[in-house]
Amino acid sequence: MPGQPSPKQLAALKAAVFVLCLAPLAGLAWGAFHDALGANPIEVITRDLGTWTLRFLLITLAVTPARKLLGWHWLLRLRRMFGLYAFFYGALHLATYLWLDQFFDWMAIAKDIVKRPFITVGFAAFVLMVPLALTSTNAMVRRLGGRRWQRLHRSVYAIAVLGVLHYWWLVKKDITQPLIYALLLGGLLGVRAWWLAREKQRQLRAGFQPVTYTSPGSR
Amino acid sequence: MLIKRRDDIVPSEITPRPLFERRREFIKALGAGSIAGALGLGSGAAQAGARLAGIQRGPFGTDEKPTSFKDITTYNNFYEFGTDKYSPAEKAGRMKTQPWAVAVEGLVHKPRTFAIEDVLKLAPLEERIYRLRCVEGWSMVIPWVGFPLEKLLRQVEPLGSAKYVEFWTLYDPKSMPGVRLPVLDWPYVEGLRLDEALHPLTLLAVGLYGEELPNQNGAPLRLVVPWKYGFKGAKSIVRIRLTDKQPETAWMKASPGEYGFYSNVNPEVDHPRWSQATERRIGEFFKRKTLMFNGYGDQVARLYTGMDLRKYF
Repeated sequence: MPGQPSPKQLAALKAAVFVLCLAPLAGLAWGAFHDALGANPIEVITRDLGTWTLRFLLITLAVTPARKLLGWHWLLRLRRMFGLYAFFYGALHLATYLWLDQFFDWMAIAKDIVKRPFITVGFAAFVLMVPLALTSTNAMVRRLGGRRWQRLHRSVYAIAVLGVLHYWWLVKKDITQPLIYALLLGGLLGVRAWWLAREKQRQLRAGFQPVTYTSPGSR
Repeated sequence: MLIKRRDDIVPSEITPRPLFERRREFIKALGAGSIAGALGLGSGAAQAGARLAGIQRGPFGTDEKPTSFKDITTYNNFYEFGTDKYSPAEKAGRMKTQPWAVAVEGLVHKPRTFAIEDVLKLAPLEERIYRLRCVEGWSMVIPWVGFPLEKLLRQVEPLGSAKYVEFWTLYDPKSMPGVRLPVLDWPYVEGLRLDEALHPLTLLAVGLYGEELPNQNGAPLRLVVPWKYGFKGAKSIVRIRLTDKQPETAWMKASPGEYGFYSNVNPEVDHPRWSQATERRIGEFFKRKTLMFNGYGDQVARLYTGMDLRKYF
């Protein structure tokens, strides 16, 4: 979609992406209902919800680089939805653990969170996502002010790192898959670090005071 | 000890395997293949093996309901064919199991290489319905066909100096795509103490559900040690070596802090990264409690008298 889509086109695009983002869940539901998830369906459901959480985090983090590189500024209008879908799949992922794995045995859950590093980081990532989901509305952006809102939402970098670590630490031996996610995340964070360094240099050369304020939309 | 027996018919003949296959066709007809493919699942094509003749009912069976043939043969850990559970069923068909020979050697009076046909003649085949507990936290009930490993080991007459037994899985890069990655230090080697190997529960399996083993389950010959985590049961064995030194197994080399030589099922000794207190029985919704020695404590606990099982995990 070159240039800027019309408001009407954008609304249609948003609706289409909204439905598309539900496809992984629909696929799992269909598979569970038709006994097509293999011998251990609960494992497939838990893992799939987890990987989709990670994928939506990466998609969310890919919006800004894609905008800068391709000039598709309208992508920004989809970012909140991607972020909320990351939270949505993360909440379902956590729910499968609490319900199907532990059956709400809170003592065992608390022990797990403290004792098992991969659960500790996974749980921490989810907890950190909660304030971001709660402050995702326009009203909350206004209430917090763009600068504070942005500072808060930078925790998504930490969340993504914790998410990849969670995956890395749970696999038994073959780390191919978590490595792929780690490299993608490394790229998405690396390009930001590079831009930041370049921007600082440019400002130094120009003799300006570094400007720290940016609008929430330009992260 | 009372061993319950149902005398008339072996359970493998009751279990309606054709039903599972019809179900698969039904799902395929609905287009499940494409969805399952999109989810990264295989179609789970389990090959039909030849039926084994003259199977008797063996001891130590459980009354628990055996896991379906389909689940046993499509959800496998056999890293030589890839690290995900569904790869072995898709890829193990390439492995050639005919002809097959297994060398039994090391500290023995009569080292010998057995053709698989000769192994099958060493003892009457028994059906043994055992629980299988994977170190990953899932379990199955499997109607194995085989005979005690002891029968094979007696043939070669172990020397007095033999204390341990090593089991070597086939290493064939041509038919095993998984060995191209250094996930484990190939070939796959497992081991037992000699008294564990001679225990009447320890089975040399050649079939399941009354049929020859499918390749993904370790055809044509594999080890089954029901009170230990599943990975101790070396598959597709080509070499059995008796030694006086504790074998260094593939999983010990891969992660010595996580996988010990003994690897007895023990709900009180956690894997460093996850709990071993519970397990998900394949086909069940909620988890169940894991039993000490996988429920075989009456038979095997005496092997470990006086040993600190936290130290010797």
